[in-house]
This record gives sequence, C-alpha cells and structure tokens, in this order.
Amino acid sequence: MSDLRDLYQEVILDHNKRPRNFRILPHPTHHADGVNPLCGDRISVFLDIEDGVIRDIAFQGAGCAISSASASLMTEALKGKPVDEVEHLFEAFHNVVTTDGECPKGLGKLGVLAGVRDYPSRVKCATLAWHAVRAALEQRKQPVATE
Amino acid sequence: MNDMSARHALSPSSQPSPQWGGGEGGGLDLARIRAEFPILRQRVHGKPLVYLDNAASVQRPKAVIDTISECYSSYYGNIHRGVHLLSERSTAAYEGAREKVRAFLNAASVQEIIFTRNTTESINLVASSFGGSTVKAGDEIVITGMEHHSNIVPWQMLCERTGAKLKVAPFTDAGELILEEYERLLDSGRVKLAAFVHLSNALGTLNPVRIMTDMAHARGIPVLVDGAQSVPHLAVDVRELGCEFYAFSSHKIYGPSGVGVLYGKKALLEAMPPYQGGGDMIRLVTFEKTEYAELPNKFEAGTPSIADVIGLGAALDWLTAIGLDAVAAHEHELLDYATAQLSEIPGLAIMGRARDKAALVAFTMQGIHPHDIGTILDREGVAIRAGHHCAQPVMQRYGVPATARASFAVYNTRDEVDVLVKALWKVKEMFEL
Repeated sequence: MSDLRDLYQEVILDHNKRPRNFRILPHPTHHADGVNPLCGDRISVFLDIEDGVIRDIAFQGAGCAISSASASLMTEALKGKPVDEVEHLFEAFHNVVTTDGECPKGLGKLGVLAGVRDYPSRVKCATLAWHAVRAALEQRKQPVATE
Repeated sequence: MNDMSARHALSPSSQPSPQWGGGEGGGLDLARIRAEFPILRQRVHGKPLVYLDNAASVQRPKAVIDTISECYSSYYGNIHRGVHLLSERSTAAYEGAREKVRAFLNAASVQEIIFTRNTTESINLVASSFGGSTVKAGDEIVITGMEHHSNIVPWQMLCERTGAKLKVAPFTDAGELILEEYERLLDSGRVKLAAFVHLSNALGTLNPVRIMTDMAHARGIPVLVDGAQSVPHLAVDVRELGCEFYAFSSHKIYGPSGVGVLYGKKALLEAMPPYQGGGDMIRLVTFEKTEYAELPNKFEAGTPSIADVIGLGAALDWLTAIGLDAVAAHEHELLDYATAQLSEIPGLAIMGRARDKAALVAFTMQGIHPHDIGTILDREGVAIRAGHHCAQPVMQRYGVPATARASFAVYNTRDEVDVLVKALWKVKEMFEL
C-alpha cells in the first residue's frame, strides 16, 4: 500500500475532507465551470481580481480526492498572486504531475500531488481546477482585448 | 453471512472464504473456463488480475482469438464479390456467422440479422432509417429513465430533426421500472416507437421485456430492445419476446470489438430505407437510379469487419457450448454473494436493488469518490469501472456524480469477489484520517 500512499498523501486526504475556500463568491469578477467528461466531475471556480491581483478565489463542486484536493490547494496557492503568474504556475504544476518537474515555491503545498505522475489516468483530475481558472481568465481577457 | 462480515470487520486481511473450494460455478468447470482466457493469466501491479469490468467489455477466449487469427492467416478475402477461393471461403464463414447469430437469437430468418459496428450503430440505424421514415412532428418516442446514452441520444437527435418528443418512463428508488407509468406514456396515441434496455448497465436491472413489448403491441407500437448487456448473461429468444428490433454488441459477448448486431423483423426491415449508401448494398447502380440489394445486404454498405464477424460466430459457439442457463446460474450466485459481502461494508451503498437483477453491482462509498476507489482497487489487481457508465440521467436520478461498478462474466469466481471485498476494506483504511 506504500505506493498508494504516495498518491493519497495525508495533505491530499485532508484537503479532500476539508477543502479550503470551498464556497461561492457572490460577485466574482471571473467565473467558470470545469467538467471532466470522463467521469462527469464538475467544478466551479470564482475569482475576485483587482489591479491584476487575485484578491480572492473559491471553488465549489463534486469530484474525486485528487481533483478536490488539487482545487483546494490551488486556491491557497493562487490567492494574492498576480494574474500574470497563473499561466506560468499552471505550466509548472502540469510538469509536476506529468514529468519529474520540480515544484516551485509559488505552488505552495501543491507538490504533494506529484504522485499523480505515476497514474496517467488521474492527471486530468489533478488539472481540472486549473483548466477552470484559465477558462475564467480567458473570458475576461477577450472583452479587455476588444475595448 | 454474519460471521463472515464479522471476520472481515475484525481482520480485513483474513484468508479467503472457505466456500470457494467446492461446488462453485453451478456445475461449470471454472478452472477449465479460465484457462481458455490467456489474458486472465497475468499480474497487474504485482497482483493477480481480477477482471470485474465485464459490463464495459468482456475478455475473449482462445477459441475466438484463434478463429480470427486463422481467418487472416489462411483464408481471408473480401466477401460477396470474389470469384476466387479465398473470397468464397470468407463469404461462407461470414454468412455462417450470420446463421449462428440467427440461431442464437432464434430469429426466423438470416435476412433479419444485420451486422453493424456495435449496439450504438444498430440503434442509430433504426433511429435514422425507421425513425426518419415514420416519425413526424408531434409524434412521440418512449424510452426509460435507465437507458445508456446510446439509447437516448439517437432518439433525441431524431426528435430534433423531426419535431417529435421524447418521453421517459421513470423507475423506483430500487431501480425498477414503473410499469404503470410506462403504459400511461404509451397511451397518448402519438407514440411511434418504444425503445428500452433489457439489462441496465448502471443498475443491473432486468426489465420485463415481454410484458413491456405486449403493452406496446396492444397499442400498435413497435419495440426496440437494447440488448448490449443482456445477451452474455441470459438466453434471448426474439420470437418469444416479440420485439421488432433487438440490438447488441459482439465485444460484450466474448467476441471481437467492432461488430454489432441488429435483429429486425423482416417486414419492417423491408419497408425501411437503407441507412448508408455504398458498395454491397446495391443490386444495380446507374447515374440515374440505384436499385437496392435484398435483406440483409441492403443495410450493410461497404466492406464489413469480416474476420471479427466470423470471430463473433466463434464466440457464440463457445458460449452456447457452455450453455447460457449454466452461465446465468453461476453469475447469479456470484451476484448474490457479492451483494451480501458488499452490504457488510459500512458506508457502502448499493445502487440498484431490483428484484430481477443480473451480473453487476454498482455502489458508492461514503466520503470516497468512485474514481479513488477505482485507482486503489487497480493497485490491488482489481479492475472495475468508476464513472457515470454512459448513463448520466441515472446518476442524476440518484443525485450522485458517479458510481463504482463490479460486473461479472462466466470466468469470475467467488474468491475474486473476496479479493474485491478485501480491496474495498483497504480503500476504507486508506481514507480514514
């Protein structure tokens, strides 16, 4: 069972059971839903962005331990970060869960998800919340670009 | 049952049940049957493979693998057109498989057996050809709430095209169709077809096909039955059931993937327009006009998956030799045993408790997502399905995003159920904080 413990680390089980920032923001500046069509998991992310900084971030939804914990840890990592850093952090996180990429400091505790790299079918679970955040940000970018 | 649960509760790593030694299998020689499946003789993640994802796709016996191999290595040629020996031999084997399917379903004629790619294509054929030519705006199609997406979406698409309406018969919390509601839906006077699943892949419910067909026929409504899950588990006699159409897939009945079957009553098939145009489905083509071929070729445009159809024939021979009644008895025993064992695990809820049930058990565990269950079981060598099982409306009905599902085939044993149960205790252990 030791290799399974690499995947289901205590931090992950804790964030699965007690997800942080698990709520709805009543007036988010950005919002998007993420769906994993493979399993039907759904996640909604809400962001409050002010002056290019993520002032608040929250999520709601139902998913497996990997997707729930990843979403919870992501909200902790992204709160207070400049929006410009999100893409870079996503790339770093994607490397962590797919290759033997190092986990940069900016990702906080998200390094505990490194075990996912040995479970290719679960990579989508780990990245679902990130895809939702990127979708939320892209919606915002488009109107900005046309203005 | 009680002392077993106590044993598991106290000691999840205890020895397998003592019952697995003798008398198992309802008279089947399970060791011999298992020996015919080369794929089962392997370890995954260092553990013996326990394959319980049979409702998704079953494994193939050597008889089927060898039949396909023999076709390609000794007599393969295109069918229905060659003057040479290989083509003649392939044609004979291909048409021989059609006769095997006819006999297996007890259809009246080989003209009533159409080869497709899978159950989904069989249903799409009926939706497109029968539906497209008979369903008009304001008409209705009746299905049930426990359908696989393959028996929902083709009808939705037909309704979108024609302006017809899709009506859905509900089922109880136990997973049984509410027959009165189904019958009430048939009473509108606008229903052009009733389409329903024989054995639900998400719940294990066996629907009373004969009764449901009689109800439809009493109102002059034709019936399509989705038999994807049922055919490997129980003997199906389409003339006894009376339905107009019966669809199933080869890959769920020990045959190769890429082949499906549509049974249709000859009078209806003859009246229906072709589904796809192309080679093999014509009698005469000029640029002005095409005359279509007779049944069943009218519905088999293009070169089919020849070796795989022949492989399906071998699968049916193999299954018939074992005997579907013996298979059903064995699988039922497994289902009862698994249901009892799983029910003893605290926090585990079985979804689908119909009185008439077969071959699979779907469940959830409190606080643990089915995907996590699936991953942990995989590391114990146990292959199950976790997800919505292409039946999202069923998940919505119970308010869950997904379930875990263990599904059985003739080669599964009671000690494999024990391995499953032990692994589920490990899941609980893993998630206890």
